[in-house]
Amino acid sequence: MRLLLLFTILSTLLISCGNASSGSGESGTVITISGAGATFPYPYYNIVFRDYMRLHGNATVNYGAIGSGGGIRSLRDRSVDFGASDAFLNQKEIGSMGAEVIHVATCMGGVVMAYTLNEVDSLRMTGPLIADIYLGKIKKWNDPRLVAENPTVKLPDLEITPVYRSDGSGTTFNFSEYLSVVSPAWQRIMGKGKALKWEAGIAAKGNPGVAGIVQQTEGAIGYIGSEYALTLKLPTAKLKNRAGFYVDATLASISAAANVKLPDDMRATITDSGDPAAYPISLFTWLLVYRDQYYDDRTLSDARELVNLLLYVISPEGQKVAAQINYAPLSEQALDKTRQLIGEINWNGEILAPYPPPGNSIAVAVSDSVNVTASPNNGQQ
Amino acid sequence: MNKDSIFRFLLSTAALLVLLFTAGIIYALVSRSTEAFQEYGVWGFVGNAEWDPRSATEEYGALSFILGTLYTSFFALLLCIPFSLAVALFNGEYYKGKKISSAVRSIVDLLAGIPSIVYGLWGFYTLRPLVIALGVSAQGFGIFLSSVVLAIMIIPYASSLSSEFLSMVPNNLKEGAYSLGATQIEVVQYISLPSAGSGIVASYILALGRALGETMAVTMLIGNTNRIPRGLSDTGNTMASVIANQFGEADGLKLSSLIAIGLLLFIITAVINLIAKLIMKKISLI
Repeated sequence: MRLLLLFTILSTLLISCGNASSGSGESGTVITISGAGATFPYPYYNIVFRDYMRLHGNATVNYGAIGSGGGIRSLRDRSVDFGASDAFLNQKEIGSMGAEVIHVATCMGGVVMAYTLNEVDSLRMTGPLIADIYLGKIKKWNDPRLVAENPTVKLPDLEITPVYRSDGSGTTFNFSEYLSVVSPAWQRIMGKGKALKWEAGIAAKGNPGVAGIVQQTEGAIGYIGSEYALTLKLPTAKLKNRAGFYVDATLASISAAANVKLPDDMRATITDSGDPAAYPISLFTWLLVYRDQYYDDRTLSDARELVNLLLYVISPEGQKVAAQINYAPLSEQALDKTRQLIGEINWNGEILAPYPPPGNSIAVAVSDSVNVTASPNNGQQ
Repeated sequence: MNKDSIFRFLLSTAALLVLLFTAGIIYALVSRSTEAFQEYGVWGFVGNAEWDPRSATEEYGALSFILGTLYTSFFALLLCIPFSLAVALFNGEYYKGKKISSAVRSIVDLLAGIPSIVYGLWGFYTLRPLVIALGVSAQGFGIFLSSVVLAIMIIPYASSLSSEFLSMVPNNLKEGAYSLGATQIEVVQYISLPSAGSGIVASYILALGRALGETMAVTMLIGNTNRIPRGLSDTGNTMASVIANQFGEADGLKLSSLIAIGLLLFIITAVINLIAKLIMKKISLI
């Protein structure tokens, strides 16, 4: 595992060297921030961290997409400055971390149902139907229950091929978490987890693997990360949300899922959201950092640079990048709570980004604080 | 030190290093798989077909992957025999030493150089629609598709060694048969094949060893379902493929179980290679 981490970090380092050199015209001490974890937000982090490095010539950010589990382990070993995960830490994991960890939500995503059926260009699905397809109870596309949900569509007399992930994945976790909420049968037989014991269908590795099989197989249906499916413009099913509306997965409908009361520590699952415009399988992804940054041989500048990076990710510029590559931006409430949490991060008792910051609106305050806290660093050089 | 002893020193160090690497690999596999073997016992792990990664009901067994591996590899071996035997006879008997034979040989060897992922893509986009059209299964993936692709992948391994053994059959034996009025096919049937027989068997065993460990192409085509395949048209999973798929997010007992599967695969391939070596050794004694 360590070796894998080292390898990914090394390769990111090699790749990022090319990017960093263009921005680091100014000389001075280089502060390296390293992180590891989830693969789902990797494309987003790749761009937003690069942008950050362009703005802050003295900072280098390395991110190894080794999977959520690996990210959590690396943070626990203190071998990275931040971890990244698609699932928030459960009580057991929180206990094992050794110190309090803060969940910084960075963006949102969804899990979509992609399918391939000739001459069917619109499909409606409900959670219980998806559960029964993957449980092997619904075997044909013209099953009466599917037909009842899609009265205007002519569904063929064709076998359904459900496709799932062969590797452990946060996408599987969120998919099964949602189905556990809406289908008692699913909860009893399958449960939730990053990897499951499947009843029906075939498996492939990663979003590309699942998407490849779905696209190439008439009658296949598969769950895929929204960022991947939206970029590829795959045909996806409308899902019936809790309020009873059939919703397409879009950045707006995924963001809308966060319009529920969120807990102060932001450890929230937002599947099966009650908001009428919400897409039902939506999720947050988080960066994990220690609340007290005064550990090992970390300096104040290290901690400051890390907080600046977090503030940049949730800044309007950072969130705009997310939307450009099909990750849903955080809702107002989520941004506010996250900003508040970043305000708790301290180094030996010194709060690094006080909340509420001086200024009126959050958006202005966030971008202000990036500039303000960035200047002492430049001054040190 | 003179040049000779320096060279000798370098050579023996290099050779020793290779031995150390092998020992290191075995040590890593054994030490990291003990957790799984302690939990289930060796036979409890090998004989259990359950693979349940959910934390509440966690349970790991290797049987479905061992069977999946054996099914695909042996079926691939069966499919490859007519083709590789034909190529071997073409090169080692009928057109031995001719220009056409070396052309065929290089083209067949080219098959061995194609990266496994390319075979996977070809199977996925070209062969799978054919398998669906044949009506083997509704979506094409499974043991049958993987075995066909594996068979093509191992043809060069089986044929090149067998043709070597065929061309090693002493000429005086064959000439004796011809002088007694035997036809070419009778010479092949009664002289060449029997005398090269165990060598040919050995080359097929080596090809089988190659099929057992094949990962990428199989992962793309087998369907990756973690249970015992119920037939040729069913989906399944192999030992190499389950490791490649699940290694990334695995830890604890699951990681140890995956490494244990790696160790089992290592042992199976080692035994197969050993058998092939023994058979070949017997021939050279004759």
